[in-house]
Amino acid sequence: MIKERYQSIIVQTICSLLIPFIQLFALYVIFHGHYGPGGGFQGGVLLAVSVILQRLYLGKEVSYQRFSPKLAPVFGAIGMLIFGLSGLIPMVFGGSFLDYAYLPIFWVHGAELRSLGILIVEIGIGLTVFGTLVLIFDNLIGERW
Amino acid sequence: MKWLSAPVMILFLALMVYATGGLPDHADPQAPANTHVTPTYIEDTIEDTHTPNIVTSVLADYRGYDTLGETVVIFTAGLACVLILMKRKTNDKRAIPKHHSSDDM
Repeated sequence: MIKERYQSIIVQTICSLLIPFIQLFALYVIFHGHYGPGGGFQGGVLLAVSVILQRLYLGKEVSYQRFSPKLAPVFGAIGMLIFGLSGLIPMVFGGSFLDYAYLPIFWVHGAELRSLGILIVEIGIGLTVFGTLVLIFDNLIGERW
Repeated sequence: MKWLSAPVMILFLALMVYATGGLPDHADPQAPANTHVTPTYIEDTIEDTHTPNIVTSVLADYRGYDTLGETVVIFTAGLACVLILMKRKTNDKRAIPKHHSSDDM
């Protein structure tokens, strides 16, 4: 439905300037969840917004080359897999479900390992939210891909 | 058979209203959740997880099971949206029978 790029030099310039900063801020929000407001859900939404903005102003051909619509469900599933495995792998190594202290990262111990486990899980949540939102947008547009 | 669901729902509602009477008051300091669960989370967060943000440590570590369910819900909802919105190839040759034999039962 969005076939060609938006015919306005102002919109094009502002969007192409904004998108890298939105992506950088999304990564900051995901990784800063330990110390301030933020986390996987918010960061995933920001990442998805950066892709959706590309879809809106670049048009179909260029933005589908930059991020293929077929990749979106793959990202979502990979995020779910990261979360599920970080719950199941500690069970193999003698802990309980989602007990990050038993993750097999042997050079980190105890509380540090639990902190790292929280980060891994947040990355999984971010990927899931990102993939799901881009998937919903691509299907709302109604393009057959 | 449809009217049968109404008394079941009313019974369920009555059970829920009855059970509400057993809950502690809102923000009651003597409630079980506030006497030992909340203080433990607040005091032990740094020691257990080295995470200064208590919200994150509760969300992803202490109550990680809840967050796992939340993420599954989001992903499943997205997939369901795709199934509804997806453009299917219409295939008129394969007609769907409207009357099933189960209507007779």
